[in-house]
Parts: sequence; C-alpha cells; structure tokens
Amino acid sequence: MGSHPITVTVNGAKERLNVQSNETLLQMLRERLALTGTKNGCSAGECGACTIVMNGEPVNSCMVLAVEADGAEIVTVEGLAKDGQLTLLQEAFAEHNAVQCGFCTPGVLISAHALLERNPHPTEEETKLALVGNLCRCTGYLRLVEAVQAAAEKAAPSVPMKGDA
Amino acid sequence: MAVSEATSTSDPVGKSVRRVDVFDKLTGAATFTDDIQFGPNLYHARLARSPHAHALIKRIDTSKALEVPGVKAVVTGEDAPELVGMYLVDRPVLARARVRYFGEPVAGVVATSESIAEEATRLVEVEYEELPAVFEPMDAIQPDAPLIHPNLGEYEVVPFIFPEPGTNISEHFRLRKGDVESAWPECDAIVEMTFGLPQIQHVPLEPHVSVALWEASGEVTLWTSTQSPHAQRDLIAQSIDIPHGNLRVLSPYVGGGFGGKAGVTMEASAVVLARAVKGHPVKLRMTREEEFVGTTMRQSLVAQTKIGCDAEGNLLAMETEYYFGGGAYNDYGVNIARAAGYSCTGPYDIPNVKGDSCSVYTNLPIGGPMRGFGMPEIHWGIEQIMDQLAEKIGMDPAEFRRRNCVKTGDTILTGMEMPAIDVGACVDKVTDAIDWDKREEPSAPHKRRGKGIAIMWKAPAMPPNPGSSAVVRFNEDGTLNVEIGAQELGQGAFTVAAQMAAQALGLPFEWVRVVGPIDTKYSPYEWQTVASRITWSMGNAVKAAAEDARRQILDVVAETWDENPEDLDIKDGVVISYRSEREQPLKEMVVYGLPKEEEEGWRGGPIVGRGSFMPTYVTNLDFDTGQGPRAVVHYTVGAQAVDLEVDTETGQIDFLKIASAYDVGKAINPDLIMTQIEGGAVHGMSSAFEALRFDERGRPLNRSMVDYRIASAVDVPKEIHGDYVETPLEDGPWGARGVGEHVMVQTAPAIANAINNALGIRFNNLPLSAEKIFLALQEREQQKA
Repeated sequence: MGSHPITVTVNGAKERLNVQSNETLLQMLRERLALTGTKNGCSAGECGACTIVMNGEPVNSCMVLAVEADGAEIVTVEGLAKDGQLTLLQEAFAEHNAVQCGFCTPGVLISAHALLERNPHPTEEETKLALVGNLCRCTGYLRLVEAVQAAAEKAAPSVPMKGDA
Repeated sequence: MAVSEATSTSDPVGKSVRRVDVFDKLTGAATFTDDIQFGPNLYHARLARSPHAHALIKRIDTSKALEVPGVKAVVTGEDAPELVGMYLVDRPVLARARVRYFGEPVAGVVATSESIAEEATRLVEVEYEELPAVFEPMDAIQPDAPLIHPNLGEYEVVPFIFPEPGTNISEHFRLRKGDVESAWPECDAIVEMTFGLPQIQHVPLEPHVSVALWEASGEVTLWTSTQSPHAQRDLIAQSIDIPHGNLRVLSPYVGGGFGGKAGVTMEASAVVLARAVKGHPVKLRMTREEEFVGTTMRQSLVAQTKIGCDAEGNLLAMETEYYFGGGAYNDYGVNIARAAGYSCTGPYDIPNVKGDSCSVYTNLPIGGPMRGFGMPEIHWGIEQIMDQLAEKIGMDPAEFRRRNCVKTGDTILTGMEMPAIDVGACVDKVTDAIDWDKREEPSAPHKRRGKGIAIMWKAPAMPPNPGSSAVVRFNEDGTLNVEIGAQELGQGAFTVAAQMAAQALGLPFEWVRVVGPIDTKYSPYEWQTVASRITWSMGNAVKAAAEDARRQILDVVAETWDENPEDLDIKDGVVISYRSEREQPLKEMVVYGLPKEEEEGWRGGPIVGRGSFMPTYVTNLDFDTGQGPRAVVHYTVGAQAVDLEVDTETGQIDFLKIASAYDVGKAINPDLIMTQIEGGAVHGMSSAFEALRFDERGRPLNRSMVDYRIASAVDVPKEIHGDYVETPLEDGPWGARGVGEHVMVQTAPAIANAINNALGIRFNNLPLSAEKIFLALQEREQQKA
C-alpha cells in the first residue's frame, strides 16, 4: 500500500500530508487533522453525517479517497464559525432548536451551507431536497428546513419581484 | 416557535431558553466517544460473528488469527465465560458452547489497526454443529420448539420476573381483574383481532462505540456512548468481577439513543478484550451493518386481543395475549413484556380484564428497549380495535375515547389509583388541531383523504427503586456547576437540569453550567437515562440539591445580618431581605464566606448542595393476578390525530398533518417539548414503515440504511402541530413528568385509523408500505368485480 504526498486546503489552511492509497477523506480529516466535527455514521455514503464541502460541492467524505483531495479546497463544520462567532446559518439552527443529539448536525449544516452558497433563496422544497442525503433520527427535519429558510431570509432578505402587488 | 439568546434569564422554569449544548454541537466542538484522542497506544478490536442462527460450537481455533502481524490478542468465550444482563442474566459477553442468533460474537480480535483486526477475525476457525432454529414467537412457544436456553432455570433473575424453565418463555405476566367470562354476554359489540409487528431498529446516527482500558493495577476505564453509565458500571462490574470502585465509565455526548444504548449491549465485549492487552486502550466500534445485527432491536409482537363494549359505548371487557419475539437474549426484554402486561389495556378504564404478556426467546437479534418500551407495540392493536368498536355502535371515535379513557382517581387494571392526568383534554386539543369534525376533500380525484386518532399511556418501566442524585457547587464569581449522572442524548436533559437549578436557587439561567462528560468516578449516581424518567427523577434530585445550597446560603447571611432566614430570598444571584431590604451578592460569599459584622472572624465557606431522589412507594404485584397497591410511579398520557391522503394509483401516503398533545404536568422548557413532539411524530411515522427482514435461516437481509430506510427530509408531514396539557404531577419537580418516549407511541395506529377512514381498509400487521396499500386496494376491486 503506497503513501502519497498531497496538498490540500482545509478551512483556509494549507496542509501537506502523506496519505495511504485506501485512506478516505473522512479518515484523513478525523484521524490525521483531528477535525472530529465531521462524523462517521456509516462509512458507506448512506447517512450524510460526514458531509463536507469539496471545491464548492457537498460530498460524503467517506466516499472520497484522500488522494482525490489533492489540490482541493475543503470546508468542514469547524470552518463555519469564525472566532467563536456563529454564522447566520448556525445562529438560525440555535434559534429554531434544530439541534438535538448533534451527531447529524455538522453534515446538515454543511449541506445547508453549500445550498445557500449556490442558491441564496431556496424554496422549502429545494431545501428538503438538499437535505435528503442527511439522515436525522431526532428532529423530524421540519426545524432543519425552517432554520435554513430563516438563515436565507436573514442573509439576503427577499425583495418583492417586479409586478408583485 | 423560536428561541432567542438572552444574557440574563430570571426564573427560567417554564421558559424556552436556549439549549446549553447548542454552541458545541453547531461548531463541531461537541465530543462524542469516537472523537476522543488516545494516541498511538490505542489498539482496535473487531468481533468474529456466528454465521448460524442456532448452533453448538464444537471447536474454536484462533492460531491463524494470532499469526497475523499486528494482532495482539484473540479472545473467545472460553476466556470470557461471564454472563451479563439487566433483569435476567442470560447473555454471554462472547458466545460459549452455543450460538443463538446470526451475528452473535464468538471471538474478539485486538490489533494495532481496525483493518488488521478485521482481517484476523476472518481467520478465526469455528466448527459448528447446526441446531434447528425458531424465529416466530408463536412457533417458539410450542412444546416441541427447539429450546434456545436449556439452562434458563439457572440464570440469576430479579424477583419480579418469572421465566418458565423448560420452555422458551423468559417472562410471563398475568393480569386478572373482574370476570371477563361473565362480561362478554353483556357486550353489544365485540371485536377480536390478531396484530403483528416486526423487529425494528433504533438507527441512531452514531453507531455504538466503546474504548476500554484495563490497567495493570486492576483499574478499568470504559469510554462509551451510553444512556446508562452507572448501570453499566454496576452490571459490568458484577459480570466481570471488577470491584465497582475500580470500574470507571465515562460517557460524553450520545449521538442518539432511543433505548438502543440503554443497559449493556456491546460494551462488556470491549472490557474483556482490554483485559487481554492490559495497559492499552482498545476501541470497539460497530459498523452500520453491525448496528442492524449485533446491537439490540425493538422486539416483535404478536397480539391476540378481544375487547367488548355495550350499546352506549362503555367498555366492559378485554382479553389479550401478547407474545413478544425477544430474540436470542431477553436480559432486558423480559421487563418490556412485564410493562406491556401491567399496562395491557392501554389508557382505558375497563372493569373486566384478562391479560397475559410473555417474552419469548427466538433465534433472531437481541430484543431490547426502544422508545416506548412495549407501548407502541400494544397500542398498535388496541387503538385499532377501539376505532372498530366505536364504528360498530355508531359513535365518533374521539368521543368513544373521551368516554372510556382512564381518568384521575380511577382504580386502574392493577388496582392502583390513577394519579392526576387529563387524557380528554389531549383528545380535545388534537381534534381541534385537525378539524376533526370537518370532512375534507382530497386534492385529486384519485386520492382519498382520511383522519385518524389514537390515544396512549405509558409509565416509566423500571425496578421499584431507581435513584437519582445531584450535586451543585459554586464558582468564586457566583456561577454554579451542576453535577448529574443523567445523560444528554439530544432530549435536552442538561438544559432542563440547568433551568431547574437556576430556578430553585434564584440564579439567572446563564450562570449555571452542567458538568459533562458523565463520569462515574465524579458524577453523582443516576440509574439510567431511560423511561422518560429524567425530567422527573433527576429533576427532583437537582431541585433538592439547589434547595440544599440555598438553605446554606440563607443561613450564613441570616446569621451575619442577625435576621430570620425566612425573611430572605435569592433573586438573580443576590440575597435580599424582605425585612431590612439589605442585599448580598452571591459572588462575594459562596466560596469565601462572609466576615462577621460585629466581631473578628468569618462565617460560611464553599457552598455545596446535595440532593437525591428515589421513589419509595412502588409495590410488588401479585404473581397470579398482577394486582397491587402501586404498580408504577405514574403515567404520562396523550393523543395524536393524523390527517392524510392516499394515492389510490400508487398506494403512496401524503401526510398532511400530525397533531399531538401530551399531559406533561409542567412544561419546564416548552420548546424542548415541541422538539420531542415533532421528532417523535416523525419517528413514529417512520417506524410504521420499518422492518428488519430475515431469510429462512434467520440472516438479516436489510443491514444498511439504504435497505432499511428511515424517514428523510422529503418524507415528513407537511405540518406537525404540538401542544401540551399541564396537570401537575404530585411528586414531579414543579409538577413535571416525562414525555420523551410517549411522542411516538400511538403514531402508527393513528395512521392506520386514518388509512381506514380514507379507504375502509384495515392493516393488522406492520410494516405498512405503498405496495401493501396498493395491493389491498386491488384485492378489494377484484372482490367487488
């Protein structure tokens, strides 16, 4: 099994690492960089607890090899809040009590973060679809959707379309 | 509802304050067991599992596994002969001589990496002699069924559980009230049906994980994701013969429990593996596949139930037999059958009752506690029969329930007087919420609209004397640390503990922090975080500890001011006198005390409050009749109503609204109750479509989250309406009782009743599926033709 030098930017910091051929990005984040906010719920791409942003796209980090992340820009849950200041999205999750056990939360936040990056005003239906890969057994999902909608509204209040009464 | 962040919240009980764990959980800082860093000293373990549902182990050869470079130890049942269990000690830590389900661990391998350990488990050679297996409880109770536990009579068992050696029955609870035989002729309507539910899984997002360290000194530490740190200390210490003081169980945040992390599941295996490699922590982590095989499942149930009423709709008699498919080991499941026995009527006042509730061994995965502990299972049938009785006598199903539901002061089926509750108010709230009386049109011609209702009750099911304790200690600045042994599983236990301590002491909520992780070496005793008992039981202990501290503070200040403690109070962290109007901030005195006013010297010192709580009034029940003065501590009751549409072309259900209301006694944190209600409604809805499936040899077929689907974001109802009633509980803190499990107990039958309302078709067996509904519609069309 070979070891491969890669360079990867994680939450804005450039890292040079030697990773194994069969090492997943999830293992690299959790075990090499101790970024344990990203969770391992199934190691099979089924639950979404390990969702991270890779080059702007939300991906299950358990389904990506670390070597594939060579040159990539990664954002994990640890990269959202800056200096202890929650993002509008995180703040909305707190306000809407959209957190219970917290194990799916990092993945949900990342999927929602990626959604709002590409679509600042998602409809409720679009938000549900964006979260369909993130399983949660505690909340019943409605508050996750409410929180995302509220954060979107707060970040960029929707302006009435031309012609609206 | 939204929760806003305040900086100073006085009198927090009854307010929807922000969760104390939310910042850590939103930033990735919250530590779960698998996140703890152990460094290069850490070893990893995997388990070798049985490929047979029932077999004798003739020989185990570990030599090839031991030759793999990096393997440090291989442990089998011969090295670890211990049995473990909560109520009936029937479960080996590693199988010895016999395996009783597919996936039972037969050996454990410890190695320097998880992949080496995994590779070596495949080299453990086991010679089996297959035995006939039995999978259905109704087959397992037959006299000629294969006997799964030939030495059932030799197991240690608590005094209120009654196994029947020589059979597969691990518990048989009997309830006899009145005389059912003479009541049947009085009935104008009788409905008799058989209902069935499959085994289902909790599917917490965090798989089970434990790290054990056995030190040369004999001290053992277990880091683990559990609802039961103290119960694990007790059960594992007894089982593995470790002095209790030498076993330290440390449990950080739990990523979902739902009963699946109650008692002892796989944790004892980690301890016996660590014993083989002293000085090295050993991590044992379940894969998602193993979650569906090697942890615990909700038990299956076959219910044969007959209920009758008179023409006015008064319930007269009920006869029921419950057979729980308990799986291979019933160490915890026996008490589920017992709970289903003493609550066998559901929330109804029925004068004549004959109930038998059994847990039955089968060669399937281990049955165990899951959210509701027997109640979702029995309500599935009861609540469908009640609807049919109402229909037969021409009464509105909601009215039928208002008339017959158990009421305050009723002598319930066990002979116990019902503590104050209000089922009827819950029925009113949910029927209002879904416009029960209004017949509504479906959204398309090929769709059918239906509404259904179901009510429930559930008592905390536990030994008579489960205790809670708490300690409160001040910091120099007047802020408070609350030490508890109750676990934060997502339900909000830490937040509620902080609210109660702040309220009882007179501090702003923000001054209180709850000390985690739970650590049996430092955290005060808590039986287990199960049974919806924490708000009530832990709450009482926290309140007592805070009141103890308050008394100490007031005594010091009163003596210093030469006043009467009764004239003093604490408001927002300041001691005030209503008589002299003097003030004394806590931060100046809770650690360093106060200088005496008239003389040299000091008074007081560090304030430490302690509190404990244990119910002392639960009695034994008669073996033959299940009668006794006080079967349980109390019941929580509630109602749910469902409004849905069925697509007759696909069988697909659209959930328009689920409305829930529960009698919580006192809402300590109203929005946290709503989060339980919403999550529970979806959990209940999802559970109606879930089933573990097995092949004819007892091998689970759907061992992944793709094959075993739980509800996702697109499956949820369009609206969930939550509400509560507050009938104070006599011995609840501020009147509060628990509601964590109740929120999903009656969801499945409420859905079934709504489907029947839409289609006129009843489903006796779970799981539901679009396919099943579609085929039932087709069958009806063919019958009509």
